[in-house]
Order: sequence, then structure tokens, then C-alpha cells
Amino acid sequence: MSEHMSDKTYRSPDQRLEEKKKSESPWSIVLNGLLFENPALRLILGICPLLAVTISAKSSLFMGFAVIFVLTGSEFIVSLLRHVIPVKVRIPAFITIIAGFVTIVQLVVSAYLPALNESLGIYIPLIVVNCVVLARAETFASKRSPAYSVLDGLSMGGGFTLALLMMGSIREILGAGTFFDVKLPLFGSVIEPIMFFSLPPGGFFVFGICIIIMQWVVIRIKRITANKNKTVLAESETDESACSSCGACSICRESEVK
Amino acid sequence: MITFILSIDIQGLMIILFSAILVDNFVLSKFLGICPFLGVSKNLKTAMGMSAAVIAIMLLASAITWPIQNFLLNPMGIGFLQTLVFILVIASLVQMVETIMKKTLPPLYKALGIYLPLITTNCAVLGVTILNITKDFSFGKAMTNSLGAGLGFALALFLFSGVRMRIEKADVPKALRGLPITLIAASLVSVSFFAFKGLIENIFG
Repeated sequence: MSEHMSDKTYRSPDQRLEEKKKSESPWSIVLNGLLFENPALRLILGICPLLAVTISAKSSLFMGFAVIFVLTGSEFIVSLLRHVIPVKVRIPAFITIIAGFVTIVQLVVSAYLPALNESLGIYIPLIVVNCVVLARAETFASKRSPAYSVLDGLSMGGGFTLALLMMGSIREILGAGTFFDVKLPLFGSVIEPIMFFSLPPGGFFVFGICIIIMQWVVIRIKRITANKNKTVLAESETDESACSSCGACSICRESEVK
Repeated sequence: MITFILSIDIQGLMIILFSAILVDNFVLSKFLGICPFLGVSKNLKTAMGMSAAVIAIMLLASAITWPIQNFLLNPMGIGFLQTLVFILVIASLVQMVETIMKKTLPPLYKALGIYLPLITTNCAVLGVTILNITKDFSFGKAMTNSLGAGLGFALALFLFSGVRMRIEKADVPKALRGLPITLIAASLVSVSFFAFKGLIENIFG
């Protein structure tokens, strides 16, 4: 992080964006996606599939790949078209692009992986309304070059997949006593699998715990790096207004201004 | 007319309605519409506004997408465009409702207006329209299912906003403050809905 983060004089949002752009190396985009701004556990975006498909590690890993594909593909296209799409109709345009990629995933999955299609069911088409995808298209890809957008898509998707896998593993191991459909030793004989974790309430519970763990990790890392560099790191604390938790932030704020 | 009314399968419709509200609650057991569930459940008034808007849009969206799928996409053999068409229909529908409401019903717009744009990205709306198709519902059943889904959403939001107002006043451990305690509370509310599991079989079965 460079030194202009440390002075605390007031800067307008535009200036801040410019500064953020300058300070953003490819490495920091990857770190942001995987850790500091992890879409699921830090920004709390796209949690509907996160809670629903994490019953088993396998289905959550697959969901993660589907999201990476849709996110990277649509960010790339949005970024290529960023000077062509008029600002007023950008949201429908983004949604159309995203829906195209989701349809590709849907067709491929139903042709080659019918079993997964069964278990993921409605949650594949619902990637369209996954807040992560629209939010990244709107806040990142529509302002940056295609190369950066692809990198952002990969790292954000990777972060989302990590979160999915983390939750999927916890819920499958504790709820069914298996991991990737392999039966674990001890479970069944010594430890009884806890049904609660594979039922819907378990999803909410594990997600809450995962957020706490992630917060702890991020605070720890920030403290260590801050001690080293004596700089203030970006203040990306999650605030919990109705807007921040849904990803359609800008749409919402626009209508408020009107 | 009478034979038409008698031919409606009331029991079937009731089963669909109540299982959509209580057993397969969209928010608490299908995890659809979690974002507004966590976002606007902070107080009762906004929760009610959001629910009313969601119920209205769900009914409208189902009434439009069901004929599109069955009379347009399927006969033309392009059923795979479902996702693309549905999301565009919902997005433009929301926009249209917003514009009409602004012009004709300003007080209602003032109350519900801010929630409308959020509904486009609400997975519950797209979810219910797609489920109506994948479950092969007739038009009447599809509309009943949408009504049930909307009412279920409203019920979950209503109950949860009550829980949340209590949490605001409680002394929560520092690590759990904010979202984590909200999610754990949601988990408990979701557990309570398990009590309804056997309800449908016992009443209608």
C-alpha cells in the first residue's frame, strides 16, 4: 500500500476511486477477492446459493465453479462493452449478458452432469440474480480494462468458491459424517452425525460462525501488516444497511436521489 | 360456470398454498430472498412495505411468465431461453410498475417505491416463476404457489423483524454483534418452522 492512504484529509468519492485505481496492483485485486473483500464472508453478497447448496462439499464446489465461470465471463464482456453500453440501460444490459452465461452453464450441466443438475436444481438459473455477479459488473468491470476484470472475476469467484467449500465441508462432515461422499472414520461409531447441520437452520448457523472466523482472520492480518508498514489499510468494514447486503446498491441509491 | 368452479381442485390448491407458506417456506427452508430478509428486517414498517411489494410483484410476474413459457417459448422450441426471458420480464415489469405507480398512486409509491428496484435482484421472484414451470403447475396452481410464496416471505420477514428488534436491545457478546447474531437468530426461527413439517399430511392427507 502506498503512502497516500495514510493522510486523512477529506477526499471526494471520485478522487478516492482514482487513488484506489492507482494503488491497485494485480496482487491486491487477488488478495481483495480471496480475503479482504471476500464476496460471501466479508461483503455478504450472493448468500442465497451459499446457504442452499452447501449441504455437501461436492455440490458447493461445483456451484463455485459455475459462479467463477459466469462471473469471469460476464465481467470480461461487460468490460469490453463498457464504452458501448449507455449508462441509463446498463443494468438490463448487464443482466442480459449474465443471463447468457448462466444459460450456457445450465445447458452444459443438464447435458453432461444430470446428477448435479438434480441436486443444484433451481439454484443454477438463480446465479443470474446472484448479487455478487451484478455488483462486480457494476462496480468493477464497467470501469476497468478487460484484463483487470478477468482477474477480478477469477479472484472474486475464487473467494466465493472458498467460502462455499468451507461451509460445504463443515456442514457435510458434521451433518452426514462424510467428506466428498467418502465416509470418514469415527463418524457413525464414535461420533453421531448431527442432522441439524445438513438441515436449513444449520446453514444459517454455520454461515454466522464462518463470518466470525473470517472477521477474526482479517483483523489479525490487518493488525500485523499495519504494524509493519505503519499505514492505515483500506476501511472496507462491512456496514449492514439494507443496501450493502443486497448488491443492487447503486440502483437503490439512484432511485432515492430521484 | 358452476361446473367450472366445482372442477377446481380446491384441496390441491390449499395444499400448495399452505406448503408454500409454512412447510417449504421460501426464505427459511429454500433460502430464496435472503438478502432482503436480512437487509430490511430491522424494523416492522419497512419489513411490511417490502413484503407487500414482493407479493404484488410475485403474482404479476407469475401471471406473465407462465403464459410466456407455455404459449411462446415451448411451442417455438426455445424453452432453454427461460432464464434470460424471465429475468428480463421481471426487470421490465418492476420498472413498469414503478413508473405507473409514481404517476397514478403517489402515496403508495412513497411507501413502497424504494423497495421496488431491489426486487429485480430478489431471487425469490425469479425462483417462484421458474419453480412454477419446473413443477408443471397449471395456471391456477402457479398463481396459488406464487401467492403462498409471497405470504411465506411476508410471514418470515414479519416474525424475524420482531426477533431482531429484541436483539437490538440485548447484550450480545462482542464477537457476535451485527450479522453473526442475526444469522444465528435466523437459524432458530428456521428451526421453529420445522414444527410445521407434518402439518400438511395430517390436515389434508
